[in-house]
Amino acid sequence: MSGVILRIVCLLLFLSVGSAGAADKWLPLAKDGLHDPNNPGIHELQQPKDALSTLPEDTAGNLVSWVEALRKGVIVPRTNIMPDTKIQVLDLDLIYSKTGDSWYVRFPHKAHTEWLDCTNCHEKLFKTKFGATGIKMLDILSGHYCGQCHGAVAFPLTECRRCHSVNPDTFTGKIGPQPVGGKP
Amino acid sequence: MVLALFLLTLEFVPSATAEYGDVVINNQSDKAGMRPPVFPHWFHRIRFRCKVCHADLGFKFQAGGNQINMLKIIDGEFCGACHNGEIAWSVENCDVCHSGKPGTPTQVHGSTVQKLLGAPAPKPDNAAAKPDTTSPKPDKKK
Repeated sequence: MSGVILRIVCLLLFLSVGSAGAADKWLPLAKDGLHDPNNPGIHELQQPKDALSTLPEDTAGNLVSWVEALRKGVIVPRTNIMPDTKIQVLDLDLIYSKTGDSWYVRFPHKAHTEWLDCTNCHEKLFKTKFGATGIKMLDILSGHYCGQCHGAVAFPLTECRRCHSVNPDTFTGKIGPQPVGGKP
Repeated sequence: MVLALFLLTLEFVPSATAEYGDVVINNQSDKAGMRPPVFPHWFHRIRFRCKVCHADLGFKFQAGGNQINMLKIIDGEFCGACHNGEIAWSVENCDVCHSGKPGTPTQVHGSTVQKLLGAPAPKPDNAAAKPDTTSPKPDKKK
């Protein structure tokens, strides 16, 4: 068990290296290492700094708090393209306790369903029944389960405490689905 | 021991610094003599929630896993649902999407998997002119 924890600690230490510092955040596209500076079309593209510097700040990923940007109305992204798409936002927190020596995980459906559709996660990635999926941190670090988005486009896996946010020593509620309207 | 492993890993920190979540798709571009498209998640999520592309339009959560080609886009599938000259620029603006460095492999830039395994190696400069013969052949015994 301690070997697994050691591996995860090493991986997270490694992942924390190379996170963008303040000096080089939002590089111009021509200098970002992916775009071809010789492409004539590059001048048509919006620069990350022009768009992202006006949004609520964060310390990881794109250095933008996307959830806050949406809730404050700083951005108003479309919910659908197909006219018949049903928009569902679920306000239901789950607390997972099988987290080894780490703090418990609080999963907020609300922040997720404001961006995603139910079918993005259920039933392929996660079974709807609480506790039935068997999620492991090494699987997440390998890009499975939560790692499909966290560590690819949603806040990265170096931000342990954002998910492992519940102190088991002080938590007195019940594990699993929480009363509606709980802490976001 | 943790410190030793940590120092060891420093050697493999990727040097490119594009935006977190930028996706390069190079299933066919190099072979077709085009720059590979770079899909900026940050740009799109300002304008669209994840569910628009990943539910309404059916994009899988896998870089390079969607079998996208220009015919489908022109027919209104995938990127073509918006990139039709009505919602966003249309397909004749080739080099606005096909904007990556030639030879850049398919990837999600800055992803955990990329950081752990290292950025995929760029293809040789002349890769665009030659058919891809470097892909491993499927093992018939399996």
